[in-house]
Amino acid sequence: MKLSDLDSLPKDESGPVFAEPWEAQAFAMAVKLNDAGVFTWSEWAETLGAEIRAEPDRAYYDSWLAALERLVEAKGLISTSERLGRIQDWDAAARATPHGKPIELSRSLPARGTAR
Amino acid sequence: MPHDGHDHDDDAGAALSPVALRVKALESLLVEKGYVDPAALDVLIETYETLIGPRNGARVVARAWTDPDFADWLRRDATAAITSIGYAGRQGEHMVALFNTPETHNMVVCTLCSCYPWPVLGLPPVWYKSMPYRSRAVMEPRAVLAEFGVTLPEGTAVRVWDSTAEVRYLVIPQRPGGTEGWSAEQLAGLVTRDSMIGTGLASSPA
Repeated sequence: MKLSDLDSLPKDESGPVFAEPWEAQAFAMAVKLNDAGVFTWSEWAETLGAEIRAEPDRAYYDSWLAALERLVEAKGLISTSERLGRIQDWDAAARATPHGKPIELSRSLPARGTAR
Repeated sequence: MPHDGHDHDDDAGAALSPVALRVKALESLLVEKGYVDPAALDVLIETYETLIGPRNGARVVARAWTDPDFADWLRRDATAAITSIGYAGRQGEHMVALFNTPETHNMVVCTLCSCYPWPVLGLPPVWYKSMPYRSRAVMEPRAVLAEFGVTLPEGTAVRVWDSTAEVRYLVIPQRPGGTEGWSAEQLAGLVTRDSMIGTGLASSPA
């Protein structure tokens, strides 16, 4: 290692710590919900550990996201139907958005559970 | 959600992956309900991606090498010592510093879910979260070390520490020879991330 290398930003020799942007978003949401006191870090570790044990071959952040979904529902922040409905809304919005434009949830979308 | 497993471009737009949709759904609901602030999420991501990295930990190690009082403090109460130089842990997180010696090499793993000392080391490397590392580090630490290119002297024992949600470990590697008179800032440059997990040694001076 050369001294001239030292001032560069830290890099991860084994590749990016987040493979895709969604992983970073999922990471940040769990940290912020913990900051907000929605759950303790022990509760988080327990839930994540259970998700990993349930499907050990799944990628790490897939388990992370599954744990996050489970915990926000268990804590009553979001209901399952609300979450699944919102996934459908985003899917519809993405498909209706021309390339190169930001995907936005249109307020004119039909209400969840109707007109589908 | 797409049913055919891959995305077509024949729609007006493009389908997002199922996993990206799940994240957007969660985030938009949590933001609307006021549980998370989208700007704060972005700041956090940027901080962990670019600003923290392992350099905070490297500064802690270099200080321990150059300041015996700080090293003592680190041994007694690593949480307080590390907080004193501005790297506060997440709430409830207890830091423990593990000093490598010629007799004992320390190595850290999390067999549960990859708990990691983020405030000092940034985000965990990909391999730290992998099942092979998590299981093999405990069962055959020397073989794992060899794969990282680390061969320890015969007489050095390897001690493996399992992180939990409450206790995070920071390995203090041995100071490399030939660095007498170096400043803490110079020394910090020799402290690699892997040396603070125990899967590497501090670099030798070039």
